[in-house]
Amino acid sequence: MKLIIAIIRESQLDEVREALIAAEISRITVSKVSGHGQQQQEEYYRGQKVIPNLIPKIKIEIALNDEFVDITVNTIIKAARTKNGVQGEIGDGKIIILPLEECIRIRTGEKGGSAI
Amino acid sequence: MNAYTRRVFFTLIILLSVFAIVDASDGNGIDSGATAWMLTSTALVLLMIPGLAMFYGGLVRSKNVLGTIMHSFAAMGIMSVLWVMVSYSMAFGPNVLGGWFGWNPDFVFLKGIDESIMDGGVPEYVFSMFQGKFAIITPALIAGAFAERVSFRAYVVFIALWGIFVYNPLCHWVWAEDGFLFNMGAAGAIDFAGGTVVHISAGISGLVVALYIGARRGFPYTAVRPNNLVITMLGAGLLWVGWFGFNAGSSISSGLSTAQALTATQAAAASGALAWMIIEGLHRGKATALGFASGILAGLVAITPAAGVVQPAGALAIGVIASLICYIAIFSKNKLGYDDSLDAFGIHGVGGIVGALSLTFFIRPSWMADAAEAAGGSWTIWQQFGVQATAVGIAIAYAGLLSLVLIFIVDKVFKFRSTDKEEMAGLDRSYHGERGYGLINPN
Repeated sequence: MKLIIAIIRESQLDEVREALIAAEISRITVSKVSGHGQQQQEEYYRGQKVIPNLIPKIKIEIALNDEFVDITVNTIIKAARTKNGVQGEIGDGKIIILPLEECIRIRTGEKGGSAI
Repeated sequence: MNAYTRRVFFTLIILLSVFAIVDASDGNGIDSGATAWMLTSTALVLLMIPGLAMFYGGLVRSKNVLGTIMHSFAAMGIMSVLWVMVSYSMAFGPNVLGGWFGWNPDFVFLKGIDESIMDGGVPEYVFSMFQGKFAIITPALIAGAFAERVSFRAYVVFIALWGIFVYNPLCHWVWAEDGFLFNMGAAGAIDFAGGTVVHISAGISGLVVALYIGARRGFPYTAVRPNNLVITMLGAGLLWVGWFGFNAGSSISSGLSTAQALTATQAAAASGALAWMIIEGLHRGKATALGFASGILAGLVAITPAAGVVQPAGALAIGVIASLICYIAIFSKNKLGYDDSLDAFGIHGVGGIVGALSLTFFIRPSWMADAAEAAGGSWTIWQQFGVQATAVGIAIAYAGLLSLVLIFIVDKVFKFRSTDKEEMAGLDRSYHGERGYGLINPN
């Protein structure tokens, strides 16, 4: 079992979500986060160009059985890249994969791969 | 009384009477009481537009909150500028082109009304600005039907054209003294404060555009949750407050008819809200805050055409009828599956039609007596019902048809519908380069 953590652009959330659902990966947790990366994002406030020091991002966490890791990673990469899914840009984000020790479904108490 | 005291006495009387005259008017025919109320009403109607922005803004997803609010705010800029330039002339000038709209070159840039005072003792500037606020809120209402999926640039072009070709002619027909609906039947089609001009036309146009451009991505299977019902409720509250200017100001005076409209407005808003709460409570088991707000709006929309002619009991009844029918309309929308996103048609279109027709049965007897006199003997409620139905039918047909033509042209030239990528990223980012709730993130 693996835990995938993907940090993506806010604007790509729906695209990634729809792509994951299409790939039948629908059990995800999403949160708003802020951080530093290579990206410097420009926004406009009253015509003044500003660069926020911490850039808002979306974090998606997905717990998976091993055989679903590849398709999930590929789906996220394709949907989170901002130039038509072919070529990426600085700021598109990162995917981190961690080993997952245990997973328990609260309702039934079952453990391991079937609980995911 | 000797000669001296008599002279002093008469001088005092003359002075006092001069003061009395100065007190009632400032000497050039201005009724300061009526003018003060019309100034207040003008401000109250303007307050409805940020109110509407909050009402709609809270109902969309957080990625679209600013884009949706901007649909209302942009209307304040565009429609106000147009109003000063040409719209007042088109709406309130004398008939041209067979009465299609009005035109008076003197009204262009309002240059001919710099010093004019209307018959009621109100400066014409005040009347013009008051009416101009209605021209702002109407296209802003339409935006609720196609929220979360349209290009901002195309929207701006669309409402400018819509204001010129749909709102101004309708306003002229119903409210200008030579408008043909103003003069229909014994005493005209009754549209006190804009049931046909504002609510029916906005509702129908919204429906036409929503059907033309199609539903939002994932509709109806993706749940679209309101991002902030708190601001929606505050917006509904501001709309209720502002509606006193909208309805009670529409008497263009400060007197008995103002009081009658004010009372009817309060009664219908309250009974509409209460009725919605009860209907929803019985149907779904819970009385939602959004339902209460919808009931307020249904009641207010329905009483808009009726406020000048119905008594409080009738206003209560109209509020209840409007809530019931709007509730059914929104329920059937969910069954029919078209995406009138924020129920511009379900509340404003349907509520406006319900109000304009049902008011016939609650008209105060003195109004009917005057109408009978004007008709030369008798005037029945069914004759008035016919007039109302004709006016409603004309508003539906005209607004629907013209909106279809306009949306077709604007869509061909400017691509009205957002691209898939823009829609998924959200209006705020795609068209405005901002976010509504940035402060929630540590930054």
